Amino acid sequence: MWDAFVAVFARDVLQAWRRRADWLTTIFFFVIVVSLFPLGVGPEPALLKTMAPGIVWVAALLAAMLSLPRVFGTDFADGTLEQLVLTPQPLPFLVLAKVLAHWLLTGIPLAVIAPVLGLQFGLEGEPVVVLFVALLLGTPCLSLIGAVGAALTLGVRGGGVLIALLVLPLYIPVLIFGAGAVEATVAGTGAAGHLSLLAAGLLIAIVLIPWAVAAALRIALE
Amino acid sequence: MALNWFKYSSPQTFYPLAGRLIPVFAVLAAVLGAVGLYIGFFVAPTDFQQGEAYRIIFIHVPAAWMSMFIYLVMAGWAAFGLILNTRLSSMMATALAPTGALMTFLALWTGSLWGKPMWGTWWAWDARMTSELILLFLYIGFMALQASIDDPRRADKAGAILALVGAVNVPIIYFSVKWWNTLHQGSSISFGRSPSMASTMLLGMLVMALAYWMYCIAAALMRVRSIILERERNAQWVRDLKGAPA
Repeated sequence: MWDAFVAVFARDVLQAWRRRADWLTTIFFFVIVVSLFPLGVGPEPALLKTMAPGIVWVAALLAAMLSLPRVFGTDFADGTLEQLVLTPQPLPFLVLAKVLAHWLLTGIPLAVIAPVLGLQFGLEGEPVVVLFVALLLGTPCLSLIGAVGAALTLGVRGGGVLIALLVLPLYIPVLIFGAGAVEATVAGTGAAGHLSLLAAGLLIAIVLIPWAVAAALRIALE
Repeated sequence: MALNWFKYSSPQTFYPLAGRLIPVFAVLAAVLGAVGLYIGFFVAPTDFQQGEAYRIIFIHVPAAWMSMFIYLVMAGWAAFGLILNTRLSSMMATALAPTGALMTFLALWTGSLWGKPMWGTWWAWDARMTSELILLFLYIGFMALQASIDDPRRADKAGAILALVGAVNVPIIYFSVKWWNTLHQGSSISFGRSPSMASTMLLGMLVMALAYWMYCIAAALMRVRSIILERERNAQWVRDLKGAPA
């Protein structure tokens, strides 16, 4: 079972490595969206500093969402997904491997770049660290929840726009606790509560979501 | 076992039953609605704080109740459809979604109409209003997903998974929005109404809530009848209906 898990994970990462442009687009999208906000609302440092956590998180949500169709899309198109469903290994487990690969390729780069963007917005010291940690805890949630949307919209008309409609409302708790953690640090009340809630949400998602994704995949392949 | 619990779980037997039940619920909705509105607008006393404008709660509060309740019922039917593979359960879920979305919209709309004279603003990022708005998004997502899948069976199942994921998420969203709200803004607006509501007000609200129930049931049954006809149009019993009077 672990062999299959590692194989699926390694295959997704290798594929992404060979088509780097696909994944780098997501990262640059994140950077561009964040950079647009100061141009839109003006270069007032105090204003930007209060808005920074929210802006970075909303941009991370959008970037994670944009990369979702690729989680299952190519495998669905070339029939690999069907073979994965037919394997004797438990499908939720294989789903978890694919989601892990997605997180490695989008979530971790977003979390790594975010502190730099935070510095641009005038965040310094502890809030930047908390932003990084919160994104590390939050982005796997985004990958997991997003995988449900990606599986449900496989081969569906207008899948790209539809995925936004399905997934973004479900992302709201992650956004609130993720941005809240940074804001609480700036305000001096400590981020422990928010980070704990993010971690709790992540644990629940890891336990429950792979089953939902597996069910959705089976429906898509019927 | 004398009683056949599953008799009406088939579209063929449910269709005429729904046809007979719709007038009952529709008439009840009209009568209760008239009585409820009469109590609400003429009998209930004027609120000493809010004046006459508070009377919109007779429309607003039941709509908000229904919006949340229908989502649960919809998710319940969807789960039935997914687990037992019954066609009618999924059809019920599909039929409930537009009514639920309507109730959510109504609650938001009347809420903002009420908010303008009460708090001087159409919209506040209050926990309840925000989660109601998110609920509207969830309804729209459910309907959009079902509408974009051509195969009705696949649409049913995909919608069911979305509804269930949403139902698990609704309490999480509600509490996260609540905490977010208390963190962001102080209690600039107090939403806690005086708990000692005049009994006629309470009565009016309960009658209106019952009227909403009846309306929602009638509307959902009418919609499910249309869905049954649409999906079973190739079945023999539907062809036979054409000759028979409605």
